Amino acid sequence: MTPFTFARATSPEDAARLAALEGHRLLGGGTNLVDLMRKGVEHPTTLVDVTALSTEIIETARGGLLIGAATRNTALAAHPLVRTRYPVLSRAILAGASAQIRNMATVAGNILQRSRCAYFNDPAASRCNKRAPGSGCDAREGFNRYHAIIGGSPACISAHPSDMCVALVALDAQVHLLGMTGARTVPLAEFYRLPGDTPQIETVMAPGEIITAIELPPLPVAARSDYRKVRDRASYAFALVSVAACASVQDGVLTELRLAFGGIAPKPWRALHAEQALLGGPVTREAVFAAMDLELAEAAPLAGNAFKLELARRTAVAVLADLTGVTA
Amino acid sequence: MAISVNGTDIPVPDDPRVSLLDLLRERAHLTGTKVGCNQGACGACTVLLDGERVLSCLTLAVQADGRSVTTIEGLGDGAALHPMQQAFIDHDGFQCGYCTPGQICAAVAMLRELQGGVPSYVTADLAGQGTVTAEEIRERMSGNLCRCGAHNGIVEAILQVAKEQAA
Ligand SMILES: Cc1cc2nc3c(=O)[nH]c(=O)nc-3n(C[C@H](O)[C@H](O)[C@H](O)COP(=O)(O)OP(=O)(O)OC[C@H]3O[C@@H](n4cnc5c(N)ncnc54)[C@H](O)[C@@H]3O)c2cc1C
Ligand code: FES
Ligand code: FES
Repeated sequence: MTPFTFARATSPEDAARLAALEGHRLLGGGTNLVDLMRKGVEHPTTLVDVTALSTEIIETARGGLLIGAATRNTALAAHPLVRTRYPVLSRAILAGASAQIRNMATVAGNILQRSRCAYFNDPAASRCNKRAPGSGCDAREGFNRYHAIIGGSPACISAHPSDMCVALVALDAQVHLLGMTGARTVPLAEFYRLPGDTPQIETVMAPGEIITAIELPPLPVAARSDYRKVRDRASYAFALVSVAACASVQDGVLTELRLAFGGIAPKPWRALHAEQALLGGPVTREAVFAAMDLELAEAAPLAGNAFKLELARRTAVAVLADLTGVTA
Repeated sequence: MAISVNGTDIPVPDDPRVSLLDLLRERAHLTGTKVGCNQGACGACTVLLDGERVLSCLTLAVQADGRSVTTIEGLGDGAALHPMQQAFIDHDGFQCGYCTPGQICAAVAMLRELQGGVPSYVTADLAGQGTVTAEEIRERMSGNLCRCGAHNGIVEAILQVAKEQAA
């Protein structure tokens, strides 16, 4: 690890001021950043501890929830209003990492956790355009089981590793940002950038901007929601494919639907095409398969991850069948 | 600028690169806490920070400034073993013993989480309480790997302690 100095932000404004300084990086739980520093992927000159940012979860006037950036993942998953109104979010968080890591990890850190691609995490011996722009991508011809099948680019096929964010994108969460020029709010669905030619630029955050909170809108359909994660072992492994869904059915047809996928794309993937195709119809295996074919029409799977096409649509069928009580 | 480790104040190191794990082992000479992967993947370094289980390998010592840490050395009461330690012995919850300090610290905090109403991925009804079952324990302990495969004994040990606490 290269030497660095350690500072503590005393307020959101202080954090934003420090974040704008050369070489400064914010530290939440440190479960990702400390690891990346030890691996030589990240080299901040100053770490700014932002765990004193808000850890409150409060009901908004509209009836949604405002979640402070420093809220620990465990606290969010265990919150009574999250468990009853947005169970998909609790379940997604609980599907991620381990209890120890969830106790440490913050909400903002989870959103900004970086790639688990083996080549990104191996500066000594691997090429990676995200870590070292222009160096090449060893994943395309290498081990790409965990990589994206859609939304990637010739430069980068890294998949976004977060479980929590798959649920958040299904719930239309908003990200509250604060920078030197003021505060703004961005939908999480528009927060991440696809890699294109610049995989090192991962979000729409401006330099020096920080996350202060996440906001969930009131969303009655989310009371019937779930998250399912398929992985190489039963627990404590990143997703091969995961599905977040909120659904309601009346007289046998889907009247409301939110569907998002993890493990298949460089960002948590909201499946708007599939939602459109399924709304107003019954939950049948054929209908879900057809909707997923539409959703993944532009998929570009590789040798190690082509199985995700089938896995994604089958997992979608299973989740929707469970949620709506039909046997698809 | 100090961290209370098992009730004794340890100064926070000047170099912020020092992890809590290295502080415990190299400076406080408390070698019960083990180094496994040093990257968050095995749980061998699990300790309690203000009573909650965390990974000491991914915690910088400075992050623990002003807080209290309990390691395996501090769990028991002087000569007496903590009930979880005794239960691991009773149920053969280890073989080589390398993962054991982390397992035991994790297990102690895990039961508190379960009893405090924190749900897990396998809790069927998120609106309700998780119950102390082997399935819940396996999921909640999945952050602690055991290369010797002592998991069955570990689950039995934890079930025993949960039963004793309930009695
Ligand atoms: C072994 C292992 C297994 C894991 N498995 C999973 C899994 O299955 N699913 C999953 O979803 N995750 C998994 N994770 C990842 C884990 O969820 C993340 O490491 C964690 O959520 C990051 O949160 P943190 O607070 O520790 O972030 P940190 O490491 O502190 O920070 C991460 C990034 O966020 C930035 N940041 C932090 N706070 C702010 C802020 N307020 N504003 C702006 N930037 C900020 C930091 O500068 C840094 O770039 C795993 C991690 C490990 C080590
Ligand atoms: S040594 Fe900390 S998790 Fe493996
Ligand atoms: S007892 Fe040997 S690793 Fe668990």
